[in-house]
Amino acid sequence: MKFIYDEMRDPTGGVRTNYNSFANWLEATSPDVIARKRREADLVFHRVGITFAVYGDNQANAERLIPFDIVPRIIAAQEWQLIEAGLRQRVKALNAFLHDVYHDQEIIKAGRIPAQQILGNSQYRKEMQGIDVPGNIYAHIAGVDLVRAGEGEYYVLEDNLRTPSGVSYMLEDRKMMMRLFPELFSRQAIAPVEHYPDLLLDNLRSVAPDNEEYPNVVVMTPGQFNSAYFEHAFLAQQMGVELVEGNDLFVRDDTVYMRTTHGPRRVHVIYRRIDDDFIDPLAFRKDSVLGVPGLFSAYRAGRVTLANAVGTGIADDKAMYIHVPEMIRFYCGEEPILSNVPTYDLGKTKDLKYALDHLAELVVKEVHGSGGYGMLVGPAATQDELRLFREKIVAEPSRYIAQPTLALSTCPTFVESGIAPRHIDLRPFVLSGKEITMVPGGLTRVALKEGSLVVNSSQGGGTKDTWVLEN
Amino acid sequence: MLSSTADHLFWMARSMERAENTARMLDVTYRMSLLKHSMDTFNEWRAMLSISGLHEDYEALHTEVTPAKVMYFMTLDAKNPGSISSSLSRARENARAVRGAITSEMWEALNHTWLEMREHQARGISEDGISAFFEWVKERSHLSRGITYGTLLQDDAFRFLRLGTFLERADNTARILDVKYHILLPSLADVGGAVDYYQWSALLRSVSSLEAYRKTYRDVITPMRVAELLVLRADMPRSLAACMFEVNRLIQEINGPRSGELARRSGLLNAELRFGTVEGIFDVGLHEYLNEFLARIYELGDLVNTTYFWSTDE
Repeated sequence: MKFIYDEMRDPTGGVRTNYNSFANWLEATSPDVIARKRREADLVFHRVGITFAVYGDNQANAERLIPFDIVPRIIAAQEWQLIEAGLRQRVKALNAFLHDVYHDQEIIKAGRIPAQQILGNSQYRKEMQGIDVPGNIYAHIAGVDLVRAGEGEYYVLEDNLRTPSGVSYMLEDRKMMMRLFPELFSRQAIAPVEHYPDLLLDNLRSVAPDNEEYPNVVVMTPGQFNSAYFEHAFLAQQMGVELVEGNDLFVRDDTVYMRTTHGPRRVHVIYRRIDDDFIDPLAFRKDSVLGVPGLFSAYRAGRVTLANAVGTGIADDKAMYIHVPEMIRFYCGEEPILSNVPTYDLGKTKDLKYALDHLAELVVKEVHGSGGYGMLVGPAATQDELRLFREKIVAEPSRYIAQPTLALSTCPTFVESGIAPRHIDLRPFVLSGKEITMVPGGLTRVALKEGSLVVNSSQGGGTKDTWVLEN
Repeated sequence: MLSSTADHLFWMARSMERAENTARMLDVTYRMSLLKHSMDTFNEWRAMLSISGLHEDYEALHTEVTPAKVMYFMTLDAKNPGSISSSLSRARENARAVRGAITSEMWEALNHTWLEMREHQARGISEDGISAFFEWVKERSHLSRGITYGTLLQDDAFRFLRLGTFLERADNTARILDVKYHILLPSLADVGGAVDYYQWSALLRSVSSLEAYRKTYRDVITPMRVAELLVLRADMPRSLAACMFEVNRLIQEINGPRSGELARRSGLLNAELRFGTVEGIFDVGLHEYLNEFLARIYELGDLVNTTYFWSTDE
């Protein structure tokens, strides 16, 4: 039995310092009150309509709530300082890497990463070679998934640099906790997160083309049937900018305009929540009806900023994840502050052999997959599942990576039988523009099934408010 | 503002107003049917369908007209695009598409209405619950409008919502007034009788105007006065004149580089209502007058569409 770190209790069952205040409150509050508050939370989330769509479900049930748990995940101040320093370093290196691979490719010339792994990767966009983007920033918004294994021991699970989502839940969870339990917030100093939309807008404005003084920023969504539509609308509203779909925009003379009731109006920065493939049918997928014809040409001409930039997928690809520590050494000249999870590249014969021999102990992921779809959790899989997955791996080994199953930390969580420990992860959101900014904490996701390590909302995960204590 | 946002706001408000007025129209029909004044008891229900322009949709689904079937068709039936449930769902879908452009209170109210509508749909409406259901629809519409007034910045978003509300209301008041014409036809003998009186008073009540009528005229109910009240009186909140006054003002305020023809036509219609007389209306014939009015309202809606929501000149 592996040792599992619990966020609230130490191995002897005592309450950790950062949870002292909360534990006292929990003990002094009657179960009836808590049950009533939990029902209230459910009702409010339903009425507010904070829902997400689940792909593959039929229309009628397609809108679901993401379960919300009232026990917060509490992070001590010094520990957050370490995480924040690690995130800054990592995102800085990733942006430097993106600039490099689309320009001089120093990291390849230096022999740190094999050329084939970058240039031969389907996520590498040749169209981006030689294009200069404002401030050389590519990943304006990064969602870095972290897990904790032990005291002060955090691992990066993956870097999400395309269109990371979840920040609206971070904000709504905080709003809900303050509504339900205002007394908890007066007892101790909890770092605020509510100003995230302001930081985001500042960040997007700081990367506008042509040093435009009053840039017109918009949020671009694939539409209301997208699983994260709620978040797109939420962020546009919180920033006070327009939420647009492809057919709200058009391009004339390499300039992007939006259609308004008073005629065309120029757009400078597009925070797009739509994949590279779909942004422009003239440049990428021809069958895309979500995009804007000519958008990429305007982008190449430097007349509009896309956030995130086109082609960031090469840096958060699971095959490239292995090399991030090397990127940090190469571009920052520093040792990585946050560790990677040891990862086996099944495209390599030695790693493949190890993985096939130890399949039942490993987590296997598709290199290009996301959202917990198409992954194998060895220790939880049946013999049949293991056999089927083994066949898939053998057929195309380079599509997969494998990692040891980490002992993810747990946090007390309300379940049917009462309060029980459940595994959690953490997704902080890192903003890069003229400078790097972030709000303390991030989104904590929790696997509600006992023993489960899969926290994705599409796989039955829930969320928790995340508190970073202020000293 | 974005053309597509304006489009959604306009239809969000129109759909909510439509739901309210459908409830009002059903209410008057239901009240009239209780009077049992003629051999053909289902006459009112047939009239209801034809003035709503929904008789073809109805006939596609049903072979005969019965009160229960029409009632279901007009309230809960998701297959009828004009039913109260379809209108509320459309209001919510439009709101959902522009959540960023409306206040969260507005969205929550519309979403809540829709969730409750789904419960009504699951439960069905019993005969003794009919009036309560209509009250509920009207209250949800009042609430939406109140929240809009109380929370939304009064910019173009607000104006497009109001434009949708008043265009739809003008259309619906004209149709409700026309109900009487359709029902009256087979029973000319009743004119001036007790049944006639109850029909007119039911009609006035359905547009919340019975008290206003009493206050204004302090006299018996006559068709000419009812028409005057609901067509020409600018101080009656649901009259054609009041609606067109708002529509015209909103169009002037929204303005825009392509709004010339729209402003001209709404100005013309507004002036005609402002300076028209009830004798002039009855010279044409009330039914004919209302028909022409409906056609012109339809054209205005069309022009709003091409002026603000479509962008042909890139």
